[in-house]
Amino acid sequence: MPYIPHTEEDTRSMLATIGVRSIDELFREIPDDLRLKRPLDVPSALDEAQLYSHLKELSERNVDLTKTTCFLGAGIYDRYVPSTVGAVLSRGEFLTAYTPYQPELSQGYLQTIYEFQTMVAELYGMDVANASMYDGPTAMAEAAVMAHGLRGRDKVVVSRAVHPHYRQVLETYCWSLGVEVVELAADSGATTGFAGLDEASACLVVQTPNFFGVVEDLAAARAAADAAGAMLVVVADPTAAALLPTPGSFGADIVVGEGQPLGIPMGYGGPMAGLFACKREYVRSIPGRIVGRTHDAAGRSGFTMTLRTREQDIRREKATSNICTNEALMALAATVYMTSVGKNGVRRVAEDTVRNTQYAISVLTKAGGRLKFAGKVFGEFVLSLPKPAAVVRDALLDHGVLAGLPLGPYYPGMEDDLLVAVTETRTKAQIDHYAACLAEVLK
Amino acid sequence: MPTKSVPQPKLVFEKSVPGRIGCNLPRTDTPEVDVAAAVGAVRDSVAWPEIAELDVMRHFVNLSHINYGIETGFYPLGSCTMKYNPRINEKTAALTGFSHTHPMQPEATVPGNLEVVRQVEDILAEVTGFDEVSMQPVAGAHGEMTCLMLIKAYHESRGEGAQRHTVLIPDSAHGTNPASAARCGYDVKSVSTNAEGNCDIDSLKAALDGSVAAFMVTNPSTLGLFEPEIAEICRLVHEAGAQVFCDGANMNAMVGTTRPADHGFDCMHLNLHKTFSTPHGGGGPGCGAIGVRSHLEPFLPGPVLKRVDGVAVYDHDRPLSVGRVSGFHGQFLMAVRALTYLLAYGKEGLPDISRYAVLNANYVQARLRDHLPPAHDRPCMHECVLTATPYKKLGVRALDLSKRLIDHGFHPPTNYFPLIVPEAFMIEPTETEAKETLDAFCDALVAICEEAKTDPEALHNAPVTQVVGRLDEAAAVKNLDVRWTPAREPAKV
Repeated sequence: MPYIPHTEEDTRSMLATIGVRSIDELFREIPDDLRLKRPLDVPSALDEAQLYSHLKELSERNVDLTKTTCFLGAGIYDRYVPSTVGAVLSRGEFLTAYTPYQPELSQGYLQTIYEFQTMVAELYGMDVANASMYDGPTAMAEAAVMAHGLRGRDKVVVSRAVHPHYRQVLETYCWSLGVEVVELAADSGATTGFAGLDEASACLVVQTPNFFGVVEDLAAARAAADAAGAMLVVVADPTAAALLPTPGSFGADIVVGEGQPLGIPMGYGGPMAGLFACKREYVRSIPGRIVGRTHDAAGRSGFTMTLRTREQDIRREKATSNICTNEALMALAATVYMTSVGKNGVRRVAEDTVRNTQYAISVLTKAGGRLKFAGKVFGEFVLSLPKPAAVVRDALLDHGVLAGLPLGPYYPGMEDDLLVAVTETRTKAQIDHYAACLAEVLK
Repeated sequence: MPTKSVPQPKLVFEKSVPGRIGCNLPRTDTPEVDVAAAVGAVRDSVAWPEIAELDVMRHFVNLSHINYGIETGFYPLGSCTMKYNPRINEKTAALTGFSHTHPMQPEATVPGNLEVVRQVEDILAEVTGFDEVSMQPVAGAHGEMTCLMLIKAYHESRGEGAQRHTVLIPDSAHGTNPASAARCGYDVKSVSTNAEGNCDIDSLKAALDGSVAAFMVTNPSTLGLFEPEIAEICRLVHEAGAQVFCDGANMNAMVGTTRPADHGFDCMHLNLHKTFSTPHGGGGPGCGAIGVRSHLEPFLPGPVLKRVDGVAVYDHDRPLSVGRVSGFHGQFLMAVRALTYLLAYGKEGLPDISRYAVLNANYVQARLRDHLPPAHDRPCMHECVLTATPYKKLGVRALDLSKRLIDHGFHPPTNYFPLIVPEAFMIEPTETEAKETLDAFCDALVAICEEAKTDPEALHNAPVTQVVGRLDEAAAVKNLDVRWTPAREPAKV
């Protein structure tokens, strides 16, 4: 019995204290016809060495991103994770704790969450941030639901240049609440018109840089939302947010994002951490947990979860969300990342991303691709190809290049378009290799 | 008890010195560009800390010293299943072949990932008895909400979507149940619990009409008791045309012994971070796998992983699906950990999880019964719900006993839940705790109960051994300070 410490003597003496003869007797309240009377049909137990080999063998069936060079982004990025992140996350005091219901025993975690909230709010130029959501897409859906509640309107307007998976999650959440979702065209690679946004709309949702890597015009989005009396929800990549003017400076009401680029492994998409920040006037409507600073009877400063009357365990069906377990450990990863990289490092990561992206554009367009959209891009761009993008992507995989995301499945008519991401971790040699292979594949 | 002489930690921002950096970042070798010309306007710098790498490590390691986890000590938080999180799980989840895969890689390049997820789904389907399992929901409450969405889609497919707008929930339920129902646009109605601690069948019958979409049942209940009439409850709900959801928070009591699908449930969620040992991480990540009977399968969030000729592949053709509920494929690295755990026990060992979890809970209940009586005097399942009402007349509340436990080195149990038990003291020891740990905990609690009679002030003042004492939570709300500002003044929100 791995992990179960009971000796036969322990069990005997515990049963005697309880006053029963066997463990089975403790299950006597389960009606006999509901008992499982056969062994579970599952594989046999493995020892620790066998477990490791079995899982290692499964992991080695994958083409992981140390075996190929990654130019695939679409919301999840191959960014550098400083060694400090894993070292802090492996500490049992953090890893094996739960929600800080007893603040006196959880000051360490609570302080890191307060620091996380501060750094996320600073990144987005917003007043306040919460203690994390599940991921970027659910954070965006929660923002739309919050706007629906605050404005009392049953329509959400979202740009088609927002990540397709984000829009799918939004669609699911809104369907179950009876909220209508209307999409805005973005045929030029950016959100250009706001027809469909009207007095029935709770919010306008845009993403910057958007799914195509193009920087959106947030001033225009704010003006359109104001004209309709709607809230402005902005989905913002955290790395780009370290370089571009903040969503807060344009008057965004709620800003959300995927925290993965801040020190979280790609991990096939989970676990992630959703970022969520808003204006201070909306703080009592925020979903999820918030940590605040207060003091004890002796006047010592300390941290505790606060505004708890928004939460499900207190307000039940009247809560601002149903979230209980969030992504605290991933938020801690982001906190360690933001601290390690810091003010100076994050700017360098963002600027190197731009530099590598511009170089990739220059060599890939020489190799036979064409830049699809005219707008300014941050770390990602759409490359139009003279062949179906999926065919090119598959051919480049044989050359050890994960070339990007073919857009056809998401945007009918874009079958020849490839979404290419370039982070600070790519080198000139890797980008040159991509270009050389692309030229050969297109020959 | 000696007061800890830990100095109050500084905030990371207060340690910042301009010009420092806490990591050795990659250096690019591509040609320089005019960044502003490339992206348009740029912002001022981000006021994140500037700290050298050693001081980054010291900051977080020192904060870990004032935080309590399972690896620090006993953590009997009822309803949360704080069992040991085996370290081998961390080792397998860190394998590069898993951690360095991208969720939008071509499916053909990640057969190992698909096999991991499908193996977990197969084992969980067998353990719960359901026909299909989805790993896309990312937390317990998210799994509950997804199950209600499936039920909503099911009723809509039968033309009863508008008519069935109510969800019934026992008064003992977790707050996530009503919150998830409200999240799906449902009205919530409460069903009472009877004197024995079971679902009150008459109250249920009175509430069951054509407006009911679902009944959400936690089994074993949050009182730590198995619902003996569960099969009849499911029958009655089905007879009224509604569906029965099982809140699987308490699955740790049932592994290998009894299966929710065999009770008559239509769907359930599982907390992999409870029963299946993935770490709680200070509040997450969770993983809210769901199991369903075949009639709900068409509505599962897409894509759904299927076996075709023995190979795991995604089925994207899901016309009746409720849609996507999270960004990608759920908490994949949590699935790796759960598979590692499931295979560590295997066919032979899995039933022991529940057997010893139930033994430990009954042992604690028996050892404490003369001091903290059980709310219902029956064999409990994996957790026991006791009541601290005998101490109320001394001016001592359940919370006071809990706070004093901190001074004895233990994490307190859950208090004041379930809401229907006065002065609730909900203890869930889990199967991974040794007898001597349980004895030390019970000894401490008995001593505290005695202290309540002789020196209640000591309990009111507890804890006195931590870096802070009880915090003023009303002041935290009134003078809301949820972020640091460079002016070194708390931001008043």
